[in-house]
Amino acid sequence: MTNTAFNPRSLLASDVGGRRLLMVLLAIAIFVPILNLAVPESSVFHVSTYTVSLVGKYLCLALLALAVDLIWGYCGILSLGHGAFFALGGYAMGMYLMRQIGDRGVYGNPELPDFMVFLNWQELPWYWSGFESFGFAMLMVLLVPGILAFIFGLLAFRSRVTGVYFSIISQALTYALLLAFFRNDMGFGGNNGLTDFKDILGFSLQSDATRATLFSLTAIALLLSYLLCRWIVDTKLGRVLIAIRDAESRTRFTGYKVEYFKVFVFVLSAMIAGVAGALYVPQVGIINPGEFSPLNSIEIVVWVAIGGRGTLYGAVLGALLVNYAKTYFTGAMPEVWLFMLGGLFVISTIYLPKGVVGVFQKFKSKVAVEPDDPSIQSKEAAS
Amino acid sequence: MRYYLKTLAFMCLALIGLCSQVSFSQEQNFAQTLTFDQITEQLITAKQTKQKTLLIEQLAAIDDERKQLLLEDLQQGSFYYRKEDKRPVYITREESGYALTDVLSGEAYGVVKKTTVRKVSINNTLRKQLRTVLAWVSLSDEDVDIRLGAATELLKSPDSANIELIKSVLAEEKNPAVKVVLQQTLAVIYLASEVESERLVAIADLEEIQNKEVMQILANMLEQNEAGEFSEPSEKVRAAAESALNGMRSEEKFYSVVENLFFGLSLGSVLLLAAVGLAITFGVMGVINMAHGEMIMLGAYTTYVIQILMPNYIEMSLLIAIPAAFLVSGMFGIIIERTVIRHLYGRPLETLLATFGISLVLQQMVRSVFSPLNKTVITPEWMSGSMQINGFLSLTNNRFYIIIFSLIVLLGLIFLLKKTFIGLQMRAVTQNRAMANSMGIRSNWVDALTFGLGSGIAGIAGVALSQLTNVGPNLGQAYIIDSFMVVVFGGVGNLFGTFFAAMSLGVANKFIEPMAGAVLGKIIVLVFIILFIQWRPRGLFALKGRFVED
Amino acid sequence: MTVSHINDDAILYVNGVSKSFDGFKALNNLSLILNKGEMRAIIGPNGAGKTTMMDVITGKLRPDTGEVIFGDNIDLTKYDEAEIANLGIGRKFQKPTVIESLTLFENLELAIAGHRSVFQALFHKLSGEQTDRIDEVLDLVALPTRRNELAGALSHGQKQWLEIGMLLVQNPELLLVDEPAAGMTDAETETTAELLKSITGKHSVVVVEHDMDFIKALDTTVSVLHEGSTLAEGRLEDVQNNERVIEVYLGR
Ligand SMILES: Nc1ncnc2c1ncn2[C@@H]1O[C@H](COP(=O)(O)OP(=O)(O)O)[C@@H](O)[C@H]1O
Ligand SMILES: [Mg+2]
Repeated sequence: MTNTAFNPRSLLASDVGGRRLLMVLLAIAIFVPILNLAVPESSVFHVSTYTVSLVGKYLCLALLALAVDLIWGYCGILSLGHGAFFALGGYAMGMYLMRQIGDRGVYGNPELPDFMVFLNWQELPWYWSGFESFGFAMLMVLLVPGILAFIFGLLAFRSRVTGVYFSIISQALTYALLLAFFRNDMGFGGNNGLTDFKDILGFSLQSDATRATLFSLTAIALLLSYLLCRWIVDTKLGRVLIAIRDAESRTRFTGYKVEYFKVFVFVLSAMIAGVAGALYVPQVGIINPGEFSPLNSIEIVVWVAIGGRGTLYGAVLGALLVNYAKTYFTGAMPEVWLFMLGGLFVISTIYLPKGVVGVFQKFKSKVAVEPDDPSIQSKEAAS
Repeated sequence: MRYYLKTLAFMCLALIGLCSQVSFSQEQNFAQTLTFDQITEQLITAKQTKQKTLLIEQLAAIDDERKQLLLEDLQQGSFYYRKEDKRPVYITREESGYALTDVLSGEAYGVVKKTTVRKVSINNTLRKQLRTVLAWVSLSDEDVDIRLGAATELLKSPDSANIELIKSVLAEEKNPAVKVVLQQTLAVIYLASEVESERLVAIADLEEIQNKEVMQILANMLEQNEAGEFSEPSEKVRAAAESALNGMRSEEKFYSVVENLFFGLSLGSVLLLAAVGLAITFGVMGVINMAHGEMIMLGAYTTYVIQILMPNYIEMSLLIAIPAAFLVSGMFGIIIERTVIRHLYGRPLETLLATFGISLVLQQMVRSVFSPLNKTVITPEWMSGSMQINGFLSLTNNRFYIIIFSLIVLLGLIFLLKKTFIGLQMRAVTQNRAMANSMGIRSNWVDALTFGLGSGIAGIAGVALSQLTNVGPNLGQAYIIDSFMVVVFGGVGNLFGTFFAAMSLGVANKFIEPMAGAVLGKIIVLVFIILFIQWRPRGLFALKGRFVED
Repeated sequence: MTVSHINDDAILYVNGVSKSFDGFKALNNLSLILNKGEMRAIIGPNGAGKTTMMDVITGKLRPDTGEVIFGDNIDLTKYDEAEIANLGIGRKFQKPTVIESLTLFENLELAIAGHRSVFQALFHKLSGEQTDRIDEVLDLVALPTRRNELAGALSHGQKQWLEIGMLLVQNPELLLVDEPAAGMTDAETETTAELLKSITGKHSVVVVEHDMDFIKALDTTVSVLHEGSTLAEGRLEDVQNNERVIEVYLGR
C-alpha cells in the first residue's frame, strides 16, 4: 500500500483496528460532552465530570503511548525516557497556566507565580517570558521536546548508540531532568511543581464546560495524531523505519542514512509526547517533577507492549486498559497493583510478544503467514 | 582491625617512652628504683621537701596502678598515716571519726578517732610538682581517652610551667588527636608570652603543626581592630605568623583534597559494589537486569533480618550477613534466571522490560513483608567512629572499610572468573555457547550460576549499603541507574573498566559537589556520561571484537 | 591524492590496506584492482579476511593504513556505508539479510535506485517504470509468485536471491557478493552463477565463495586471499596448481 496523500479513508482501508478506534474516538469526542453537560445528573446517561476528567487523562496517556509505539514498534528505538518529553510539554503548558493566574495567587503578585514570591525572587527569569501568550506556549509545547529530542537523538544515533545502550542513556536523560526539576532554583516550582491553575484562554478550569471541551480536544488530538502516525508508517518512510528495526545494516548498505530517519521519528514522537503532556496538565491540574521519574517512562513502554506494539491502535488500547486497571486496583487493592504491573511486564514479554492485539489476531485469522515476532531483534548480517 | 593494631603499636611506643621516662627530672640520684611500698613508707618518714620531691618523682616513674590515687591524695592533702606504726592509710570520713584502709595491704582497720592519724604534709613547691606529675601520669596513660582528657585539661588552663612537660610528652605521643591538643596548648602558652623573641620561637615551633585551632590563633594575631591596631603588636611576629599560617593553609588545602579523594573513592567503592554484579550479568552475559537494584535491596534486608535474629551478636552481624546476603540474592537470581530470563536470551529489550517487572514485584513484596517504612540497621562499634590521621585529616571508619571491602570483592571476583573451573566455564559459555555445549559444558546450568553470582554480589553490596543509607523498599532504585552508568562508562564486559569507571565517577562526583552542590553535581556527571557514550558508544575499555557487536 | 597510476578502466583500486583487531592483522597490506565490467572471484580459507575486505570497501570498517579508491578518484575511506551505497556500491552479506517483516515487493521497493532522504521517503511514489523493474527482477530471481508475501517466510536460499535482487534494483556499478551460494541446492547454485555472469559487463562484480564448483561455473579471474593478503591471482586452473595455494589449502 503506497499512500502519499494524507487521505484518511485510504489510509484506514486496511487498518480495521484503527478504523474502529477512530470511530470510537470521534463518537466520544462528540457525545461525552453532551452527556456530561446536557443530560441531567439524575439520568442514567449522564456522564459525571469525574469520569470525563479521568477518561480525558487516559486519552492523554494513550497519545503518549502512540508516540512510543511509533519509535519502538516501527523503528525499534526503545526509549526509556519518553516521560521526559511528556513532562516538558506539560511544563510548557503549566507555565502558561501559571502566568494566567496573574494576581489571583496567594501572594497576589501580578507578575510572579507564588513559588517565586515565596523564594523571594524579584523578577521573572528570562525563560519564563513569552509564556503569557497561549500561542507562544503552544509553540514551546512542540519545540522544547522537539529540540531536546533532536539534540539527544542526533548525538546518540550518529554515534550509533543502539538497543539497550540507547534505552539506558535515555533513562539517564529523564533521571537527570528529574533531579534538575526538583531543584528550586531551576525556577519551575521545585518539588511541588506548577499547580493552582485558574483558567485557560479565559475559561475557568473548574467549569464543566471547559473540562468537557478539553476532553473533546484530547480525543480529537489523539485521532489526528493517529492518522498522522498511520500515514507516516504507510509511506515509504514507514517501510524504511521497519527496515531499520529489522536489519539496520541492510538499510545502511542500501543507501539510507539511518541516523536521519531515526532522528526524524524520534523528534516527531517527542513532539507528540509533548502535546500529550500539554493536554494532560490542565485536566489533572498539576505538573511536578515526578512526571520525569524513570518509572513513568518505563510504564509507558508496558502499555505499548501489553496492547501490542507496531500496530498503533494496540498502543492506544494498551494505555487505556492498563490505566483503567491501575485506577481500579490502586483504589481497591493498592498493595496488589505493583504485583500486577510487575506481572504484566513479565507475562507480556514472555507470553504475549504481540500483546492483546496479537491474541485477537490469532483468534481471528490463521491465514496470513507471519514471521516470528518481527520486532524482536535486528537480524544483522555481519560475518 | 588495622586501626587497632596501629594503636597497639602506639601504646607500646608510649610504654617504652614511659619506662625510659627521665627527661624532665633533672636530678636522678637513686641508683636503684624503689618499689611502691618503699616509696610510700619513705614519704611518711621524709622530712625535707627535697627528699619528698625526689620520692614523688620516683613514684611517677614506677609502673604501679596505685600510684595515681596516692599522688592525688597527696596533692589534696588527704594522705594520712597512723601515728602508732606509720602505716599509710586511706581515710573515709565517718561521723565518729575516720575509717582507715591500709594503702599497701588494703586491710581495713575500722573507724578510729581523728587524732590517731596524721597527714603527710606538703608545701607549695610540692603542690606544683604534684600537679605536673599528675598531669604527666594521665598523659602517659595507656588509654587514649584518658590522655586526651588530660591534654584537654591542660589546654583549659594554659600555664607556662607546663611547657617542659608538654614537650616531653609530645616527643612520645603518637596519637594524632592527643598530639593536636598538646600542640595547641603549647602554642597558646608561647604566644601569650610577653617576650617578642619567645613568640617568634613559638611560631617557628608551630610551623609543622596541623591544627585548625592553632591556625585560628595565628589568624587572630593578624587581625586589626577599628583603630587599625593589630592584636599582635610586633611586625616581625606578624610576618612570621603570616608565613606560618600560609604554610598551614596550603597544607590544609592539600589534606582537604586528600579527604575529598577519600570521599570520592569511598563513593566510588559503593558504586563499584553496586555495579560489579551488573558487570557480570550485563557485561559477561549480556542480560539487562533491571531488578539488579532489588538484589542489592534484598542483601540489605538480609542484614536487617540477621540483626533481628541475633540481637546479641551485632558486632558479628555484618560478617554473617555477607554470606547470607550472597545466598539470598543469589537464590533469587537463579530463580529469576530459570523462570524468566532464560526465555528471553537474545532479546535484550524484552529482558529489560521483564526484569523491570520483577523489580516492581520484589519491591512490593518487601513492602508487604516488612512494611514500606525504612528499617534501621545497626552499625557495629568497629564500623563507627573515625581515624584521626593528623590535625587536618580524619577518615571515617565505615568509608574506609567499604573501600577495602569493595576491593576484596572485586579481586575475589576476578579470581573466580580467571582462575577457577567454574569461571572458565562461564567465560566459555559467553564466548561461544555452541562450542562450549559441544565440549560438554551444561550451558543452562552455567547461565543460572553466572546470573546467581552477579545477583549474589549485588546482595553483598546490599550489606555494605545497609551501613550507609536507609534500608527501604526503594533502596535498589536509587542505585540502578548509577550502576548502569558505571558499567556502560567503563566498557561492557570489562571488570577493570568497571573498577576504573566507578572510582573516577565517585571522585568526580565528590570534586564537583563542593562547586555545584550535590544534585547539580550528579546531573553534571549524568550529562557527562550521556555525552561520553555518544563519543565512545562501547565505553572506556570496550572489548573489540565481532561478537560484541550488534 | 594522486591517482594517475590507476588504470583507466579500474573501478576499484585497493592498495596496501591493513586492518587489525587487537593486534591481530585481519588484512595485511592487501591490494586488489578491479576493472570496469570485470567479475572477480575471491577464494581463501575461513578467516582469510574476505569479509573484512568487503567491510573496508563498503565503509563498515576504516582501514588502519592503505587506500581504497572507487571510480575515478573517490576515496572510499572518507564515506560512511550509506554514502558508499549511494556512490554505486552494493553489497550482499554473507548471512542473508532481508527485511523480514516487509513483503518481497516492499523489500525491492526500498532498494530500488532513487532518492534516499527522509522527506523524499515521506512523499515517495513508485513510478510505473519502477514497478515494472521490480517485477522484472522478481522474475529474474525466480520469486514472482511470492511478490506480496513477507520476506521472513522465504527459505535461506530464497533470501539469498531476494538480497541479490535488491542489489540488482539498486543498480550499483559495483556489486560485492559474499558467499551467495551458501545454503543453496546444486541447481540453485548453478542458476545463481548464471545470474551473476549475466549481469557482469554492465556491472563490476566481486564474488566471495568457498564452493569450487560455483567458482568454476563463474569462469573468471580468481584471487586467493590468505592471512589478509593476496596469495595468488589468475585463472582457476592456474591458481589451483599454484604450490603456495595448495600448501595453504591442504598443507596444514
Ligand atoms: N570486528 C572484528 N573484531 C575482531 N576480529 C575480527 C573482526 N572482524 C573480523 N575479525 C577477524 O578477522 C579475521 C578475518 O575474518 P573474515 O574477514 O570474516 O574472514 P573470512 O570472511 O575470510 O572468513 C577473522 O579471524 C576474524 O575473527
Ligand atoms: Mg566471511
